[in-house]
Amino acid sequence: MTTANPILRQRRREPLTDASLLTLIAMGIFIAMYASAVIFMGGAFQKVQQFLDLFNENAALIIISCALTLVMIGGGINISVGGIIGLTCMACAKFLEYSAPENSALAVILTVALALGVGLAFGLLEGFMVSYLEIQPFIVTLAGMFLARGLTTILSVNPVKVTHEGFQVLVKTKLQIPWLGYVAKNGNLIPAKLEIGAIVAVTVVAAVWLMLRYTKLGRGVYALGGNRQSALMLGVNVKSVCFRSYVISCLLAGLAGLTFLMHKPAANASIAMRSEMDAIAASIIGGTLLTGGVGNVFGTLFGVMILAAIQKIIGLSPLNESWWQDMASGAMLGIFILLQSVILKWRAKGGKDTGAKAATQSR
Amino acid sequence: MVKKTEGFWKRLGIGQLAIPLTAMALLFLFNLIRDPGFFEVVVNTNNSGNPVLGGNLISVINSASELAIISMGMTLVTAACGGQDISVGAVGAISASVFIKLLIGMGNINAGTLIAAALACVATAVAFMLFNGTLVSVFKIQPMIATLILYSCGRSIAYWITGSATPQVDSPIITAIGMTIPGIPVPTPVFMVILVGLILAVIFKRTNTTLYTQSVGINERAARLNGISPVAVKMLTFGLLGMCVAVASIIATCRMSQVSHKTILVDIEMDAILAVAIGGNSLGGGKFRMSGSILGAYIITMLTVTLLAMGINSVNIKAYKAVVIIIIVAAGSPAIKRWIAAWKRRKSAGEKDAAVKGGAAS
Repeated sequence: MTTANPILRQRRREPLTDASLLTLIAMGIFIAMYASAVIFMGGAFQKVQQFLDLFNENAALIIISCALTLVMIGGGINISVGGIIGLTCMACAKFLEYSAPENSALAVILTVALALGVGLAFGLLEGFMVSYLEIQPFIVTLAGMFLARGLTTILSVNPVKVTHEGFQVLVKTKLQIPWLGYVAKNGNLIPAKLEIGAIVAVTVVAAVWLMLRYTKLGRGVYALGGNRQSALMLGVNVKSVCFRSYVISCLLAGLAGLTFLMHKPAANASIAMRSEMDAIAASIIGGTLLTGGVGNVFGTLFGVMILAAIQKIIGLSPLNESWWQDMASGAMLGIFILLQSVILKWRAKGGKDTGAKAATQSR
Repeated sequence: MVKKTEGFWKRLGIGQLAIPLTAMALLFLFNLIRDPGFFEVVVNTNNSGNPVLGGNLISVINSASELAIISMGMTLVTAACGGQDISVGAVGAISASVFIKLLIGMGNINAGTLIAAALACVATAVAFMLFNGTLVSVFKIQPMIATLILYSCGRSIAYWITGSATPQVDSPIITAIGMTIPGIPVPTPVFMVILVGLILAVIFKRTNTTLYTQSVGINERAARLNGISPVAVKMLTFGLLGMCVAVASIIATCRMSQVSHKTILVDIEMDAILAVAIGGNSLGGGKFRMSGSILGAYIITMLTVTLLAMGINSVNIKAYKAVVIIIIVAAGSPAIKRWIAAWKRRKSAGEKDAAVKGGAAS
């Protein structure tokens, strides 16, 4: 019996990969955090709406975090996503300001096209510079961020409010889930609401996950981030894969800008300031390594959820000040990074997984 | 012909500085054509009746001081660790808060209290940077991620230290450091840049530190096998970056006579990394030239001042800056360099062919 099926036996004993271990840790911590908030803080946290609001309020952050996970798995980085969100919001708001209200359906379609077009334009530019001109991605996307922020202020320095009727329909349309609602004090049932942006964000997570797992491009991104030289020798068109990953990430940033505007229909010059760093933090908490080749978008989703839950918990606690929130997020990030480093080191020392060794040693 | 010019550049020891120097020269040329008055240096008198140099050039040299100092430190960290520190602005805010808190706490401001506060400021910045350094060298975390922690919470720590939005100090000594010393018309921050530059030059030109830093950056394992401790070298670079950040934060505090935790040294990390890259240094670590980064810092400031002089709104400058930066880094990109080299080879091959053909014909 012991020699019956060595392959099966081996597979059963196969240890967790690093990415899934780190993702599991992120999931566990989020669940523990949220459960303790429900138990100890009660009140608002016991409503399902509070949980759904994590998605409603952070739809844009979820989308750009997926974009960053994609690029970071490929061994790059994209810090222009926040700028692209700002530019997209401003461009769409300005466009809706000038478009006539009677052709509302057309205007909304054009707005969506404009948002994706802005993202695509940045993606093509940055992707070309990173993959074909071989300039360091940090510098390229930093310049992209400056460009996007500058163009935003050129469009308008003053805040622009979106009052277009067609777009307001998008803003106000919400998926109502009555059985998750709660009964208000006057006896009415208030259903739980999920905004369009949240649905888009969840769809994006699923789509990026499928893409990374089942398409040629997705496997190519992992190969590229794991070892560029090997990927090249295995016949992966590394330049094309790199190019397409940047195009997709910037396109997603454009989409994130649109969902941002759908959640809060007003644009100003400082929208989504520094959100790229939140997205990087979320990706890291979810188990993506900046060195590339390791990562998973579900982990990233939980990374965003953890950051959002910290904000919520502190917002509802007596320490309700923005600097406390910053410090708590910073401390959380520090704990996660140290935990990851220690776990990867420990696993590498145990010799359980050669992948872990490579991950900790590669620069 | 081509070979001769290459030799000429190499003899001058310019090498990687060719592109930043060209960029600087083009900026000068652009300003010369646009408005020769740009280069005018005037002698103004300030409120207390002392002579002060003014004009666009002086403003470039003066306002680039913080950036130049921080980009020197950033070059070292980049070279040794193969990554960048994005927390310099936040750590600068923390050390500036310590500086101003101590000055306010000690009451009267004289040379003694100033030196004490400055030392405390340097110690704070070095301590925070060593925290980053520990994460990077001992725990082997990517520098950008390790410094993301302080990037996201550093300014909140600064606010927690000062306890108010904008603490202010008012003293002639402070203005002497931030603006000009009475009797000397050149702005004081310029001397601080020279001082920091000299200290780093002594450390890196007179000892083996340059060699150690570069070898750790190029191949950490090989360096360790040769008896160089990567941990010590990385900690040293982070410590020196801390010193640079502290000096920059003192300059920034004295310039404004106040500390605003939200705006002091804001976004300087991005500019410093840009300065390192424009100076022709690899962001992946290894060989470095600090002069390139300093030049990069002045190019960035020169660009900003030029755009301001052209009457472009200060909030829109980023877009124009981005375009110029893209052109500069594209000109220095490996792909373009290869393309130029191939073109040169083709050209010289063509000349040879022509010569052979010419010889055959005669």
